[in-house]
Amino acid sequence: MPSPYLPNTDADRSAMLREIGVGSVEELFRDIPEGLRHAQFRLPSPLSELELKKELNRLASLNVSLDDYACFLGGGSYRHFIPATVEHVIGRSEFYTAYTPYQAEVSQGTLQSTYEYQSLICQLTAMEVSNAGMYDGSTAAAEAAIMACVVTKKNKVAVSTTVNPTYREVIDTYVKGRDLFMETVDPGSGLPSDCACLIAQQPNFFGCLEEMEAHARKAHDAGALFIAVVDPISLGMFQPPGQYGADIAVADGQALGNSMSFGGPGLGVFACRQQYVRQMPGRIVGKTVDVDGKTGYVMTLVTREQYIRRERATSNICTSEALMALAAAVYLATLGKTGLRRVAELCYHKAHYAADGIAKLKGYSLAFSKPFFKEFAVRCPAAPSEINRALLKKGIIGGLDISHAMDNTMLLCVTEMNSREETDKLVEILGTF
Amino acid sequence: MSHHYLLPDISQPGKTGCSLPALDVPAAALPPKELLRQELELPEVSEVGLIRYFTALSKLNYGVDTGFYPLGSCTMKYNPKWHEDIARLPGFASIHPLQPEGSVQGALQLMFELQEYLTEITGMNAASLVPLAGAHGEYAGLLLVKAYHQDRGDKARKKILLTDSSHGTNPASAVMCGFEVGVVASDSDGNVDMRSLESAMNEEVAALTLTMPSTLGLFDPRILEISRLVHERGGLLGADGANLNAFLGRVKFGELGYDYVQLNLHKTFSTPHGGGGPGSGPVCVKQNLADFLPSPVVARNKGKYKFVSPAKSVGSIANFYGNFGVMCKAYAYIRSLGAQGMKEVSEDAVLNANYLRAKLKPYYYLPYDRVCMHEVVFSGKRQKAKGVHTLDIAKRLLDYGLHPPTVYFPLIVEEALMTEPTETESKQTLDAYIEAMKEIARDAEENPEILHTAPHNTPVRRLDDVRAARNPDLRWQMKDQGHG
Repeated sequence: MPSPYLPNTDADRSAMLREIGVGSVEELFRDIPEGLRHAQFRLPSPLSELELKKELNRLASLNVSLDDYACFLGGGSYRHFIPATVEHVIGRSEFYTAYTPYQAEVSQGTLQSTYEYQSLICQLTAMEVSNAGMYDGSTAAAEAAIMACVVTKKNKVAVSTTVNPTYREVIDTYVKGRDLFMETVDPGSGLPSDCACLIAQQPNFFGCLEEMEAHARKAHDAGALFIAVVDPISLGMFQPPGQYGADIAVADGQALGNSMSFGGPGLGVFACRQQYVRQMPGRIVGKTVDVDGKTGYVMTLVTREQYIRRERATSNICTSEALMALAAAVYLATLGKTGLRRVAELCYHKAHYAADGIAKLKGYSLAFSKPFFKEFAVRCPAAPSEINRALLKKGIIGGLDISHAMDNTMLLCVTEMNSREETDKLVEILGTF
Repeated sequence: MSHHYLLPDISQPGKTGCSLPALDVPAAALPPKELLRQELELPEVSEVGLIRYFTALSKLNYGVDTGFYPLGSCTMKYNPKWHEDIARLPGFASIHPLQPEGSVQGALQLMFELQEYLTEITGMNAASLVPLAGAHGEYAGLLLVKAYHQDRGDKARKKILLTDSSHGTNPASAVMCGFEVGVVASDSDGNVDMRSLESAMNEEVAALTLTMPSTLGLFDPRILEISRLVHERGGLLGADGANLNAFLGRVKFGELGYDYVQLNLHKTFSTPHGGGGPGSGPVCVKQNLADFLPSPVVARNKGKYKFVSPAKSVGSIANFYGNFGVMCKAYAYIRSLGAQGMKEVSEDAVLNANYLRAKLKPYYYLPYDRVCMHEVVFSGKRQKAKGVHTLDIAKRLLDYGLHPPTVYFPLIVEEALMTEPTETESKQTLDAYIEAMKEIARDAEENPEILHTAPHNTPVRRLDDVRAARNPDLRWQMKDQGHG
């Protein structure tokens, strides 16, 4: 059977070889030493579309899909409602089969929607400028830390102990890579003056809302930048980073219209103050005009970027998560100001309903008394792993076991996706421990 | 309405694009007011308004599904439609990365097998799927290099060597890993200049990063000699694997002497480029680097799959485990091709590139006049003598409904036109491109003005980059915030 992905016919191939002036395709590989060009590959036999669909359906069915289970798991990846508009727009192949818009004249779709994305992110975060998106929240935070070192000409990065531990690890990897230093600091303690930045998370990893204005003041008093890691959905209801003095705001944009997909692709949201735009990593799209004076969009401030500046670039990032940024733009536009506020309020009230129910159970208590948004930590009377096993049997994915940080503690997440019935069932099962 | 409107222009109070459920639990007390947001100025648009807006934008875009996209080094091959569906299966799309491992065995098996396939395809011993794009994979590779030398107590190796034809991400990634960058020259045949390598390769060099085939589309016949020299002097050899499509199913990086290679699943393994991502940049390594791989990797034990952290891992480099959605598509691609199918891919990729080379050589200067691999680099030098630049040629191609090649790269070729047809294009398509390029060459002689003013038929014409950079306009604001 000929391959559907190889449109040349054998007649085409013969004609082409004649034009090239060689007798066989083999001759075209002659620069490769003879002993190296006939490697053997042990790979499964090819399958037809029909056969492979069956095989992949089988693999997919081995996973517990959260379309079928109730889910109270967060910790960095979130189940939120995705309006149909998102899939339909990003499913248009004019968008998804294009590449980086190097040829602006035939890439206005990508460029203008990126300009929309940047604008929507600025509106959401109340920051002045946004780039076109990065890989994920953790790498955006790490790049922000490095940018702060460049801006302040200092070599130490301070990260609050309440920041998501994976983010801390990624920041540490990136910072060490550059031969810089990372220090974890207690949110209540002061900041040494040799720090380039303070990184704090809102709400923090444990779900609590922190006093971000105080963090910002502390950072600025030490001559450091303040970097806020935020939950973008929370900004439908809570104070945005631009208002509490953040110099750089980063987030994982998965929650904005992207499926969880086992953790990727995500989206690194990255926004900052105007004055730092030329130190910002990543692509940036700007508005301009064409030779006829017609409005159009281009990639701009490209002298920050690797393909122009090579070793003097602000980052090595090239291919990023453009399609996920498009999804985020469509998501934010679909929801609009009332919709996003509504989603945030649903999360808030439903999470509090669940927390109230659990806190009343014998042996359970909320680990913190601070205000929270959609995640909260609960001290349990049994090992969270044991509780989660029981929940799974009843069709519920329980919370994140954070017993390594606090004894018998579980981090639960409730979103607009969780019905009251699901939550009541969760509380009921927890009550059996 | 032209497409020049933006979301705020169609925003009206009271419109919305979606319906949301009512609150089904009692409302809780709100937190202190200072934590709450007062203003949230997002556009308010109807669903139909939104769909028409983005549909209109999509029509301004050119993708692989629109037509020929010979962007060199980007491997813009066709993306099989049903692979898109696979990543959207609820069992793959609707799974949380922190679910109990027992509830995601299908996903872990897919990742484990993909690690195995990529390891086999590259002739390596281990792989990490975590890197999120090509440059992220390069970065991971260089972190391994750094950790490897530190582990051996060799602190003097502060430099990464690259060739003068390397991608811009290569030096940028090296700097992100704290390395200095040294450049090795290419010789007049487009191969590594051995004398240049000989003098640069000293005890300060941690690794040579060598794209194979090079960005000139050429395979360096002295690869084993290069590998020997680098290793004899204590360095490692790393590959930017962006150009694997040239010898997929035929050559193994491991057998060429490489210690690691970073792949681009969104190039060689046919996953769509998404307008600039998502990508996926797995890094495959020999045994000497396996213990340093980014965390986590998937292991199999008694039929169960689980995440493990390599013994001396360089640590975490991403939120989770990599771009799983992209991995699903690449996995499907490998399983549908098999070993023989892959060999056929590289055969047609190389055949197509050489066909373009042979047919266009009479019209465009060919700086390296030899058999090429998956891409051919022409120079617009001849046309430049007539006052026509490569940029003009590229823009004129747009008028023919064709996407231009990569231009002005590699940097060592004057007025470069780096052309990668890929195997998913037919002779018919290539012939149409050849005809367009011939007409453009003729116009460069006879009617250069039409090139200088190109493109003429595109949604917008040449855009003012200087203005965009001088007075950056990077966002709109809602009307009541100031300007529209």
